[in-house]
Amino acid sequence: MPQSAEKTLDHAPLFCEPEYRQMLAEKKLNFECPHPDQVVSDQREFTKTWEYREQNLARQALVVNPAKACQPLGAVFAAAGFERTMSFVHGSQGCVAYYRSHLSRHFKEPSSVVSSSMTEDAAVFGGLKNMVDGLANTYKLYNPKMIAVSTTCMAEVIGDDLHGFIENAKSEGSVPRDFDVPFAHTPAFVGSHVDGYDSMVKGVLENFWKGTARNEATATINIIPGFDGFCVGNNRELKRLLDLMQVTYMFIQDASDQFDTPSDGKFRMYDGGTKINDVKAALNAEWTLSLQYYNTRKTLDYCRDVGQAATSFHYPLGVEATDELLMVISEISSREIPEAIRLERGRLIDAMADSQAWLYGKKYAIYGDPDFVYAMARFIMETGGEPTHCLATNGTSAWEDEMKELLASSPFGKNAQVWPGKDLWALRSLLFTEPVDLLIGNSYGKYLERDTGTPLVRLMFPIFDRHHHHRFPLMGYQGGLRLLTAILDKIFDNLDRETMHAGVTDYSYDLTR
Amino acid sequence: MRLHPDFLRGRAMSLKYDNDSGFHAKLIADVLSQYPGKAAKRRSKHLSVATSEKDAGEDPNTISECEVKSNIKSVPGVMTIRGCAYAGSKGVVWGPIKDMVHISHGPVGCGQYSWSQRRNYYVGLTGIDTFVTMQFTSDFQEKDIVFGGDKKLEKVIDEIAELFPLSNGISLQSECPIGLIGDDIEAVARKKAKEHTTTVVPVRCEGFRGVSQSLGHHIANDAIRDWVFDKKDLKFEPGPYDVNVIGDYNIGGDAWASRILLEEIGLRVVGNWSGDATLAEVERAPRATLNLIHCYRSMNYISRHMEEKYAIPWMEYNFFGPFQIEASLRNIAKHFGPEIEDRTETVIAKYRPFVSAVVDKYWPRLSGKRVMLYIGGLRPRHVITAYEDLGMEIVGTGYEFGHGDDYQRTGHYVKEGTLIYDDVTSYELEKFIEGIRPDLVGSGVKEKYPVQKMGIPFRQMHSWDYSGPYHGYDGFAIFARDMDMAINNPVWGLYDAPWQNDRALAAVAG
Repeated sequence: MPQSAEKTLDHAPLFCEPEYRQMLAEKKLNFECPHPDQVVSDQREFTKTWEYREQNLARQALVVNPAKACQPLGAVFAAAGFERTMSFVHGSQGCVAYYRSHLSRHFKEPSSVVSSSMTEDAAVFGGLKNMVDGLANTYKLYNPKMIAVSTTCMAEVIGDDLHGFIENAKSEGSVPRDFDVPFAHTPAFVGSHVDGYDSMVKGVLENFWKGTARNEATATINIIPGFDGFCVGNNRELKRLLDLMQVTYMFIQDASDQFDTPSDGKFRMYDGGTKINDVKAALNAEWTLSLQYYNTRKTLDYCRDVGQAATSFHYPLGVEATDELLMVISEISSREIPEAIRLERGRLIDAMADSQAWLYGKKYAIYGDPDFVYAMARFIMETGGEPTHCLATNGTSAWEDEMKELLASSPFGKNAQVWPGKDLWALRSLLFTEPVDLLIGNSYGKYLERDTGTPLVRLMFPIFDRHHHHRFPLMGYQGGLRLLTAILDKIFDNLDRETMHAGVTDYSYDLTR
Repeated sequence: MRLHPDFLRGRAMSLKYDNDSGFHAKLIADVLSQYPGKAAKRRSKHLSVATSEKDAGEDPNTISECEVKSNIKSVPGVMTIRGCAYAGSKGVVWGPIKDMVHISHGPVGCGQYSWSQRRNYYVGLTGIDTFVTMQFTSDFQEKDIVFGGDKKLEKVIDEIAELFPLSNGISLQSECPIGLIGDDIEAVARKKAKEHTTTVVPVRCEGFRGVSQSLGHHIANDAIRDWVFDKKDLKFEPGPYDVNVIGDYNIGGDAWASRILLEEIGLRVVGNWSGDATLAEVERAPRATLNLIHCYRSMNYISRHMEEKYAIPWMEYNFFGPFQIEASLRNIAKHFGPEIEDRTETVIAKYRPFVSAVVDKYWPRLSGKRVMLYIGGLRPRHVITAYEDLGMEIVGTGYEFGHGDDYQRTGHYVKEGTLIYDDVTSYELEKFIEGIRPDLVGSGVKEKYPVQKMGIPFRQMHSWDYSGPYHGYDGFAIFARDMDMAINNPVWGLYDAPWQNDRALAAVAG
């Protein structure tokens, strides 16, 4: 028997033992009715061809391995960025179990969200009763300062009216009349999680800003980060830079503490987040900056409607995007960028210069949310790399145009292809027909790494199979160092693996690189 | 050091310990006092303390009585841990069938969040002849809601046939909108099955149906009955020792660690439902002589159907921990007569030294440790004796989506005074854990991080916390090691900053 008490083998080594190998081979042969091996290997080879690629890219209905999630996930993430706010998702309860698990698996942190637990009768009669009872229970049990309501597709299909339901619930005393219950309709069959983020943040702002007079405070800035799996590292790093610049700013939606609570014996259901009073005061800011345009289109329109100046970025990271962000902030706040930050910038440039030979001409496939893909493509071009495939399942034709403009701005972008609306099964074909050196994405990319042999650098939500990356920033010049190191480590580890065969390839197994 | 469990010396008795009924009753009263009146009344029926066996009536296997209301609607707004019917069908029953494509039919989210999360291990070339760790969706858009999705579904099936020609069938896993907009996926299934000469199974597992995952299991079982059984002429020669393993989803390889034992005692596992299964294994199930049910909750329905229609008897078994493995192997062997029974005794004897070695190693580190469980399916009761095999004690347990028959069976396992909680809310679970301060909590990923923040060791008992297998003898060694590394990890001793402790400050001050 393969197992022992002294050296316990878990699944990875255990099932490599001969007893199991034989058992599984016999299972296949005797009971599985498999296709003949030759047929399977022929099909495997066929999936690597241009012919298969064309069929694959011509799909009109089937989606396989998409790189996007649904709206309510974004709404739940958004709500987690406000002080003592409980997310309340109106509709089927299973969805909420999924959002909570999804966020916990990435952040390795608690995620507290409630559901109105609608079932078949609510599908027939509407979910008003669920809303009335649900808000009362949430208010009493979880002692929130605010309950942020979003919807699953069930509630959207039957057409439940959140505004009316919440008013009803208040009339029935579920929560006090003046208790804040912002809401957002977040149909899963429209857009993706980045749109859910947008709707929820807008819902929160409307809740506090509507009907309130605005007294503009010159040179004050709101910052909306957008859906960001690296919010823990990024928000903290940006705050450090803004503090160095002595800017007057306020993060609108900040989940950096909520998704990074300490372990000291106490479970904090709520931690950090933008204070309710600060959300109210943020109406008076002169400017609102969004760090992710595609996450905040409606929200920024609303900010402009109330009279604020607004502008947006595409997940600014790397050198020039960070330069731009800081210069815009400097300009609108009339604060100079201090010498300390210029030195940080210089250190990033220094590191890029040190490593440039390993990065120049490397080809990349980048996938993820639209703003992230834009940002990464830009940074890769700064390192002399070539973004060969840029793919966003939730990318629009507007995004495609912006990407093409960006890529046309650099000689390193001239061979790039942009793939809006495509999924990771399409990318699999692309990686076979037009291969690259590195793949940048999230944990789902590991299947592409397995199938195509393209090394994967995990830099976007969700990252389930590596720990703690999100605790470090990607933004700012410090974040740039992190990005650079992550990519370089992948290149060096890969090179070492390829050259470590003793007596065969280890002449290139260099000590110094 | 306490004595080993008695079974190692040939006397089949489990560990003896008591739980504090009075304290547990007070914990229940305390949490209920925090609810609004209506919710308190509803929740009170789901919480109880196991009473003595005398209250349990006639059942000779019963050691306690732990009846609570179950399988009814969750209270809105209380943070239930439950999932939905889609999770029960796609996530549990159908998803692991490896040579079929399972379409998450509707918007993108359901398939995305459940993609590759249940660790249903399988062997195959993913994307070529097997498809478990992939996310196939019809990715509904607004126009599909407005105009209906049947046309799109037809196209989805055609595209699967073209791009994944070695898939041996397709299941249509309905998400909430499908049932609400009145799509006729059954008609699509019939039409496309004929066109492509393949199996297409429509499953009406919309998430709003029922009150939890549980109805999804039932609907999924019924879909097998209605759309898979008796549809093909099977070329298969049955044998006298053919069994199906029902309700083992091969999480972390559980079904493999079980199969190796069943084969060792001389049985032929002709189908494993549904971990690492092919459609052929499901189709031929009615030819077996016996159905062995591991997860009763999720697959008793189809087993009862096979009993009625094909006269195949079924029996439950438990492969967690040596006490139950031995009892189950003997029970299974009895069905096949002396030859298999003899082989079984040889197998049990073969593993005894291994079991002793595992218990010897971990008993001193784990005995007397108190455990709280909150899981789904069969585990809230089945793993209890595996803990007890290591000298550990169960202070509380409960089911996400159990029914009355699960709680009745739980009485075969838990001691008097054990805290019982059905469809527990996060609020209740947190308060119970705070009150009891157990040495280990076994539950899911949503519960893991809050519990660990409180400084209490935790193991995920759905996914085996990315470890496993836990079934069979091979799995028991892993189970024991995992519980030890959780409980005896040095990190739990580092939670308090020493400068908040006067003695540590004094030591530094000299």
